[in-house]
Amino acid sequence: MRYAMAIDTKKCVGCSDCVIACQIENEVPVGYCRDWVTETVHGSYPMLELELRSERCNHCDNPPCVRCCPTGASHVVEGGVVLVTPNKCIGCGACIESCPYEARYSHPDGHVDKCTFCIHRIRKGLQPACVAVCPTRCMYFGDLDDPSSEVSEMLRTRKYKVLAPEAGTKPQVYYLV
Amino acid sequence: MAPFLLVLGLFFLFLDLKHKLFFWRLYTTIRLESPMSWGAWVLMVITPLSFLWSASYLKELVPTWRWRWKFLERLEGLVIRYRTPIAWVMILYSLILGIYTGILLSAFNARPLWNTALLGPLFLVSGLSTGAATIMWMSKIHLERRLFTRIDLILIGIELFLIIHLFMGFLAGPEVQIEAASLFLNGRYALPFWGLVVVMGMVLPFFLEVLELRGKKIPAAIPAILILAGGLIFRIIMVEAGEATRYLY
Repeated sequence: MRYAMAIDTKKCVGCSDCVIACQIENEVPVGYCRDWVTETVHGSYPMLELELRSERCNHCDNPPCVRCCPTGASHVVEGGVVLVTPNKCIGCGACIESCPYEARYSHPDGHVDKCTFCIHRIRKGLQPACVAVCPTRCMYFGDLDDPSSEVSEMLRTRKYKVLAPEAGTKPQVYYLV
Repeated sequence: MAPFLLVLGLFFLFLDLKHKLFFWRLYTTIRLESPMSWGAWVLMVITPLSFLWSASYLKELVPTWRWRWKFLERLEGLVIRYRTPIAWVMILYSLILGIYTGILLSAFNARPLWNTALLGPLFLVSGLSTGAATIMWMSKIHLERRLFTRIDLILIGIELFLIIHLFMGFLAGPEVQIEAASLFLNGRYALPFWGLVVVMGMVLPFFLEVLELRGKKIPAAIPAILILAGGLIFRIIMVEAGEATRYLY
């Protein structure tokens, strides 16, 4: 099993519903977020192209955050999902520095926090909160080992990219371009 | 002095944690892949050893000193008897401790400035150089001061070589490392790095030490303080600049 997410940059309108849904679902403290939307503009006026990306933890196949964690608080669970155990985390910040995607933040309680792919929802057979609320349905979540899953289907039929592949982290959030 | 500075350093490390009450979690696991786990365990060994080592010399410094409990007397006897093996263990552990900070930073592949295998050796040599400078400054024995001045000259030479090599490596590397190097070559860290760290903290004390060895009267404190300040600024700059470098996408 290998959970992954595919996000269609052509369909995303940058509404940030995914951000709000995540904050509410996961009780993210006010002023923080586990996912966010970036806008990148290519070209020069008036020939412009805008790319919108909903970004979050990439649940890497080769996660540097798990490697550098001194206590094992950062760990990998089923489907390659990377989680943090708050009462094992000492708040040293090594994982924050090791993440090329700046996906982690220091929770006001002291421990490090990040996207969990809503593993608590997945275990119940639900979709992650961000995917479930997306009004343009530009996000796909599923198991890459299952060739009939929506996410496998998308990666088979569409062109995609991942962020900073040269970092060697093997990220598992794919952007359809 | 060493054990107290070590504890001061540990205290600052503790202050830097954001989930302080869980610090003991470091000692419920050994994670071979994590440099910080190595660092935590090495400190666990070397801190008490360093106290024992220093305490075993207390009677030489304060001849009227008496240990209050019998077992401390016996412990002191043991430490004195096994000084040579303990010294070797401490040398080994202090080398690991010295190189650990650099390896810790170099393991963060998200920070291109740190992500080089040269950082460990560079931090180690810089640390050894500041150590030699401290002995050069504090020692009352003329021969010891001369010896450590000579050692320091070699260390500064190695350090300069490693710094040049570091930037050569960056400039021959991928885009993100070229950007990292440009912070130091023409960016905002150029002046503090080349001015304060390299010139004031290495080249100038190098010449002062050479003059001192040739018999010129130069207070040992001047090159020593320059090296200590240079070593500190080097670390501050490397940490701060490293946090500013990242992957581009």
